Amino acid sequence: MKVTSILAAGALTLAITAPAMAARDYISIVGSSTVYPFATVVAEQFGKTTGSKTPKIESTGSGGGFKLFCGGVGVNFPDITNASRAIKPSEMKTCAENGVKDIIEVKIGYDGIVLANAKSAAPLQLTRKDIFLALAKDVPDPANPEKIIANPYKTWKEVNSSLPATKIEVLGPPPTSGTRDAFVELVMDAGCETFPSIKAMKKSDEKAFKAVCQTVREDGGYVEAGENDNLIVQKLQANPDAVGIFGFSFLDQNTDVIQGSIIEGEKPTFEEIAKGTYPVSRPLFFYVKKAHVDVIPGMKGYLAEFASEKAWGQDGYLADKGMIPMPQDERKKYGEVISSLKTMEMK
Amino acid sequence: MHTTMETPATTTNLLHPSKRLRQRYRAERWFKRLGLLAIVLSLAFIAFLFFSIFSDGYTAFKQSYIALDVNFAAEEFTQAKLAHANFPGLVKKAMHSMFPEVDSRRGKKELESLVSPSAAYKLQDMVEEDPKIIGTTQKVWVLAGDDVDMLLKGKIDRKEKQSNRRLKDNQLAWIDRLISDKKLEQKFNWNFFTAGDSREPELAGIWGAVKGSFLTLLITLTLSFPIGVASAVYLEEFAPENKWTDLIEININNLAAVPSIIFGLLGLAIFINFWGLPRSTPIVGGLVLSLMTLPTIIIAGRASLKSVPPSIREAALGVGASKMQTVIHHVLPLAMPGMLTGTIIGMAQALGETAPLLMIGMVAFIVDIPGSITDPAAVLPVQIYLWADSPERAFTEKTSAAIMILLTFLVFMNSLAVYLRKKFETKW
Repeated sequence: MKVTSILAAGALTLAITAPAMAARDYISIVGSSTVYPFATVVAEQFGKTTGSKTPKIESTGSGGGFKLFCGGVGVNFPDITNASRAIKPSEMKTCAENGVKDIIEVKIGYDGIVLANAKSAAPLQLTRKDIFLALAKDVPDPANPEKIIANPYKTWKEVNSSLPATKIEVLGPPPTSGTRDAFVELVMDAGCETFPSIKAMKKSDEKAFKAVCQTVREDGGYVEAGENDNLIVQKLQANPDAVGIFGFSFLDQNTDVIQGSIIEGEKPTFEEIAKGTYPVSRPLFFYVKKAHVDVIPGMKGYLAEFASEKAWGQDGYLADKGMIPMPQDERKKYGEVISSLKTMEMK
Repeated sequence: MHTTMETPATTTNLLHPSKRLRQRYRAERWFKRLGLLAIVLSLAFIAFLFFSIFSDGYTAFKQSYIALDVNFAAEEFTQAKLAHANFPGLVKKAMHSMFPEVDSRRGKKELESLVSPSAAYKLQDMVEEDPKIIGTTQKVWVLAGDDVDMLLKGKIDRKEKQSNRRLKDNQLAWIDRLISDKKLEQKFNWNFFTAGDSREPELAGIWGAVKGSFLTLLITLTLSFPIGVASAVYLEEFAPENKWTDLIEININNLAAVPSIIFGLLGLAIFINFWGLPRSTPIVGGLVLSLMTLPTIIIAGRASLKSVPPSIREAALGVGASKMQTVIHHVLPLAMPGMLTGTIIGMAQALGETAPLLMIGMVAFIVDIPGSITDPAAVLPVQIYLWADSPERAFTEKTSAAIMILLTFLVFMNSLAVYLRKKFETKW
């Protein structure tokens, strides 16, 4: 008796709570964990002020986002993907193969990548060459720069005599992270190219160039600290010798406990990154499926909210959250892309 | 070995134990102490965990509010729709009127940042609920910004250099004036229990996640309990003993040990990609979690069926009951407490699970409270994970508070299991 009544109750609950599979009435967004804190603010603002349903945002990483986004057209696939890098040609190809042909690319602003250490230690003054030498798996032999040897440096002083004699211990994101991709490209590659012999290699043997410049050491000098930047901040407080790598918004929120390292004479401040003088900053994007704009309710409203001055403008709420706004003319350009729904050229 | 040979015949004298016997006693004492030490250590870890979560999180149950005298002037509401009125502007004007001496653009901006952006939503709700307040001035308690809240909770150090503080000296002076005017107070944070997720820490609440967890577990329970009980009854009472049932038994035990993320991948492939169920919804989450809890329920169910003595079955059969009557009228009711215990423990496990939900898109920013099993929803552990990863300092206490709520549910479910077992347990 008991069992049958429980079974019946179960069936009834299911029948009541499961309405017919209707078309999706909310925006589905996936993509970069770097853009996530900014996109969520816009989504919330949009939902609260217009009374529309608040978009759903998954933080899947830039690569994971493109994979889902390029899966196809239809309510089962996301409408927008956020990215902390531009779409790759291979991803565009996947998109096109699955029928996702009209994509709108919108740049939303910039993010600085900072190296930081605890306030209890002295601030570091680094160059990208120093960082490369400290973190690469293989480096040019100091005696004979033509020869590539396994990284012999144990302390910052060995890398550059003006730096303190503390052990090299850098906490940073794992290879799946967009922050890591950008760090490798903006810091490691640039530091690597300061060696003429390696720079020459870029033309002759690109594969070997990448292997030298982009491979991070695995002997304990670089510690993969996961995607949780708050955790890195806590570890830095506990260990004054360690240096962490993360997005500017985490430095911005924790200026009382950590300090950003000066890179090539530039401090990682909001102003320096916005001016473009701080060397390690990258653009942030989102990509929209044009075919969904008129199908999913609220798409135009969300896009308009994102492109409004009170969001991505100089004093907008995204700047308060740590995103570096684009200059006036770029904002105008991408504002027009949104209002005209101008699609990218497919390669 | 040679010690035994040397032992004299006095070994049996317990008043003067031999060296060998004393060694054995000593070893036994040490063994007992080691066991005690293990328990003390694990209790110490739990106490530390609870202490750190509680000391970080208890402040989250209070939130700072600022009293504003908002003038809902009629000329602000000339638009066709109420929602189009400039509510943030009303908040700003109210702040400016409290501190008329602030006139620079920068100063005004710093002043406005003391109030949470959510204040405008509150005014909008008020007007929509009762349009008659247009044209009047109302005293409204609105949420203070997260930095103000952190300062009041002692998590921003006033002695720190101005450049390293998130609040500047002039802002501190305004805050002190608000406090002395009794216009800035900490109140009980009801919002935390009624709101959904938010990117503003002061506005973020747990209700969306609690409801998401509830809907997900509802699906899990309605699916896995009947299926689990039916499988256990069949395997234990009806199935013939052959290599096929052996194979099934081995595989059920295997399933119980499969890492949960694998079930997430399965869910993604079957429920979302093949059946086309909507991503990020409790229905998919519930399906995945019921796959995960099924083996637990089946194994616990079989064990409690086994513990019902055969004499009960034989007696029922002896007075002419059919096999089915025997099982439903006699065996199952006696085995039910054990089965329920297994189910509750399985549910508690499912409540704390995040890994499989990652694959089916439930790790997402969802503001709206889910209304049905096909609305996107997050669950409690996912909410904890998302808050722990947010840059704003004020999310630290929200994270701990959410952990406290999740732990409360878990402790409650586990005590219910213990209570049921104690209450209905039959000794044979």
